[in-house]
Amino acid sequence: MTQQANRLESGGILVRERPVEFEYDGIRYEGFEGDTLASALMANGIRTVGRSFKYHRARGIYTAGSHEPNALVELRTGARREPNTLATMAELHAGLIAASQNCWPTVRHDLMSVNSALSAFLVAGFYYKTFKWPRRFWTNIYEPVIRRAAGLGHASGKADPDRYEKSYAHCDVLVVGAGPAGIAAADSAARAGARVILCDEHARIGGALLNDRTEINGQAGVEWALDAPSRLSRLGVKVMPRTTVAGWYDDNTFAAAERVSDHLAEPPKHLPRQKLWRIAARHVVVASGAIERPLLFSGNDRPGVMLASSARAYVNHYAVRPGSRAVVCGNNDDLYTTAADLRRAGIAIAAIVDSRSAQEPSDVALAGSLVSQAVGGRSVRKVAVTDLEGGARRTIKCDLVCVAGGWMPNVSLLSQRGVKPAWNEGLQSLVPPETEAETYTCAGACAGRFGTQECLAEGARAGRRAAAAAGIDVPPGEAAPFAASGPFQGKPGGQSRVRGEAGKTFVDLQNDVTARDIELAAREGYGAVEHLKRYTTMGMATDQGRLSNVNGLAVLADVRGVPVSEVGTTTYRPPYTPVTLGTLAGHFQGRTWRPRRLSGFHDWAAERGAEFVENGLWMRWNCFAQPGESLAQAAAREVKAVRSGAGMCDVSTLGKIEIQGPDAVELIDHVYAGNLRKLTVGRSRFALMLREDGMVFDDGTVTRLARDHFLVTTTTGNAGRAMEHLEYCHQVLWPKLDLHMVSVTDAWSGLSIAGPRSRDVLETVVDRLDLSNEAFPFLSAADTSVCAGVPARLMRISYSGELAYEIYVPYQFAEDFIRTLEERGKEFGLCPYGLEALGIMRIEKGHVAGSELNGRTTPADVGLEWAASGTKSAGYIGRALSAREGLVDPEREVLVGLKAVKPTQEIAAGSHLLNKRGSRTLADTQGYVSAACFSPTLEQNIALAFLKRGRERHGEVLRAANPLQKREILVEVTSPVFYDPESDRVRR
Amino acid sequence: MRLTCPICGTRPLEEFTYRGDASVRRPPDFNPKNTGAWVDYVYMRDNPKGPHKEHWFHGGGCSSWLTVERDTVSHEVRSVKLARSARSGGR
Repeated sequence: MTQQANRLESGGILVRERPVEFEYDGIRYEGFEGDTLASALMANGIRTVGRSFKYHRARGIYTAGSHEPNALVELRTGARREPNTLATMAELHAGLIAASQNCWPTVRHDLMSVNSALSAFLVAGFYYKTFKWPRRFWTNIYEPVIRRAAGLGHASGKADPDRYEKSYAHCDVLVVGAGPAGIAAADSAARAGARVILCDEHARIGGALLNDRTEINGQAGVEWALDAPSRLSRLGVKVMPRTTVAGWYDDNTFAAAERVSDHLAEPPKHLPRQKLWRIAARHVVVASGAIERPLLFSGNDRPGVMLASSARAYVNHYAVRPGSRAVVCGNNDDLYTTAADLRRAGIAIAAIVDSRSAQEPSDVALAGSLVSQAVGGRSVRKVAVTDLEGGARRTIKCDLVCVAGGWMPNVSLLSQRGVKPAWNEGLQSLVPPETEAETYTCAGACAGRFGTQECLAEGARAGRRAAAAAGIDVPPGEAAPFAASGPFQGKPGGQSRVRGEAGKTFVDLQNDVTARDIELAAREGYGAVEHLKRYTTMGMATDQGRLSNVNGLAVLADVRGVPVSEVGTTTYRPPYTPVTLGTLAGHFQGRTWRPRRLSGFHDWAAERGAEFVENGLWMRWNCFAQPGESLAQAAAREVKAVRSGAGMCDVSTLGKIEIQGPDAVELIDHVYAGNLRKLTVGRSRFALMLREDGMVFDDGTVTRLARDHFLVTTTTGNAGRAMEHLEYCHQVLWPKLDLHMVSVTDAWSGLSIAGPRSRDVLETVVDRLDLSNEAFPFLSAADTSVCAGVPARLMRISYSGELAYEIYVPYQFAEDFIRTLEERGKEFGLCPYGLEALGIMRIEKGHVAGSELNGRTTPADVGLEWAASGTKSAGYIGRALSAREGLVDPEREVLVGLKAVKPTQEIAAGSHLLNKRGSRTLADTQGYVSAACFSPTLEQNIALAFLKRGRERHGEVLRAANPLQKREILVEVTSPVFYDPESDRVRR
Repeated sequence: MRLTCPICGTRPLEEFTYRGDASVRRPPDFNPKNTGAWVDYVYMRDNPKGPHKEHWFHGGGCSSWLTVERDTVSHEVRSVKLARSARSGGR
């Protein structure tokens, strides 16, 4: 294990008595609790942490925050490997394993860095210009190669073993960002009586107070910040560190990703890895701070170049030396604070390069000058400093270059909501407008108010304003005043760039966009800021341009010869920083992807070895395969059992809606095609619901239980939509109708009892009801009871084509009922059957289902024109537009049956029907196969299909072509009803 | 986004489903000569920028159909009424 050579003897916010071992690129190192991966790497002298996206140039740690462009690493191994994480945000923990990415074979010796030599070709719009021809090269050659060369990290490819959660929170005031302004805002809002949530993306709240040496009310600023969580909690503030507010949506709804266990080796059993919060806030205080502006000079990406504020953070917060000999360069007074902090840490200051000429020069301070070039490979070795007036150059040796280009308010979140920041000449940056918005208040550096004292004061004011805006009766008075040191020193002056240097000047470090790329794009006509972004990819990295945006706009303004204020800016979008897919999915994956609905007969069926199949949310019986039976064999056996004896099938999943009231019949008459007024009490009928455009929406049964009481059933899949439709018809179209409706789907469990012996089976359970054909004919219905007093609803309805009934009992009796039925039905050969058998029987009988009622078929198309007749005046839904030319065209495809000419040949559903002779083109297609099966009853393959002028073509032989399976067979067109065409069996 | 249902109170978006323009009127009766009015009713919709009256269904709550007045630019919800009474100016 190597020593922490660059660690300072004292200071920092570290738990030094707890050293932490970790591994980086296969080598073990040591850091302390409180380190980030970046600060621990720095302590161990590691300077190159990644290779750049396009040119594979060596890159070092550039920042100490979530806008880090270079230090993207892969964390952990195996199924927990996570690519593209920021070393500057990853908290060090025992056993952490990290690896560099986008380099081959290693980060120190990366062969792809030859790209740098080819850079003349890798300019803006490179992809658009180069990889256009030949077309087929794109998928086979260009894309895979580019992906390997330019990719970032790699996903594990394995299922994530960790849990993720979603939570909801409501508050009066949400404070985003917990620097001095955010803490003060949360404090004063809570004191005013508001329910407050304070979120910050870092592990500790405090923001710049943790990184700079300040004083608040006589206490060190860092101590004040470290005390803040307990102080705020006592006021009732919910303090949420490690929580990134990623998105701001309508009605002040926020998405926030909390990294609950990312700082632990493995999440404990009771905790998720991350949690997605949805926070509804009456008012939000945006206190997201500001980001220091980088400087543009040749080689400004060399490891060792970093933001001055970040260098202070590493020295003060993490007690590490980012280098041994520093050049500090910039355009404002932060230079001198930085130099002082670095000196305290024992870092030699080679030069302070100040672009402002008014500064007094000293032994190290150079006024009116700027760094124009940094030289070095895996670390900066020296810089060239150019005098801005005379142009004289001098070379200074150093291994650290701290750049201070002024401050850029972090407007990302505001921009998401359409708040347009405006150019502020004094700050040389984009600043949000000062508005008295109803839903948000902007405070501190984010509002362009800098300096600890002003941030605290403005934050406190914002907190009170937010509480009042949230409807709190704020007591009069002022927030307690603060006395803080740390005046704003970042006001920029003078020039910030030396132009015309050879070599690469990077504007967007993460996407490798140079100043020259921007100039080229502008010359080629992509000078509008939104065009520039897409053409060069500037601002499209994980920080969305928070680091590069202002510099890019300045370069663009320069080439176009306009002020920066006229260039405009691009829009930031959610998420603020990348959110992992696991967090967005939460628990909605695998078994808990969505709820499962189980019928009252489920446990019984599971005991009997049912194979289930998903149908919407329901688990339905597919078949009851006996040992050694395939699905097809089981279904064939079940079909034979029904056709020769009796079977039972779960129909609990059908939608069941009761409609009651004096006008119930009116509504029924409106929503169902045909004429249902004449339906008498105690009778059921098959009926179609149409859409207003004349297409079939759903099919089911309508039963009149009493004069003003109807029970309607819908298909399983359409149950919810049908209910919504019926409510729409009642509440919106015919609100005056006097009726009520309620879904009783879950209240009643139902079985279809089908087969020639079904009457015998039912007679063993029904209490007092004459089931003889005379007393209870086909389509009869009754409220009755079974098994000595259990309420039941009985309807004589058939889908299978046999004598059949549907019987419903209350859910709580379902299990007892089916066990009784099973016992008593034994002597009649009662056999449970599933959807597979049902599917075969309905095709044999020519009954339509979802594959025929596909939203593009009319009643006539599916042979059910009789169900849509009705009196001339009938105004049911769908009638008016049914008469349109296209819907009554004799050329339309209508339902037919098909028999394979060779009975054993399978007909594939989806096959196109073609004339026996003729070409195999789409233009010649005569129709298509909608459902197919092997009929155990007919002992041959059959199908239902839609065929042009199908009614006239029974007997014709066609080809059924399935190009996907490369199969084509001959089929004979028949009536769609293969089995019992006179329907004698259902009436016996 | 949240909607304030007159019956259930302020509830999250997931409980509601959107249908569309609430200002269209179903032609009063079936008349074969009147197909044009029916085609307009079923297919033709404006796509206004600004205030828009639309139908939402509170399927995750009280099963009410609601008439929501919403600004398609700012997404501001100006009013939520029960559809059955919205036409006669009720609550």
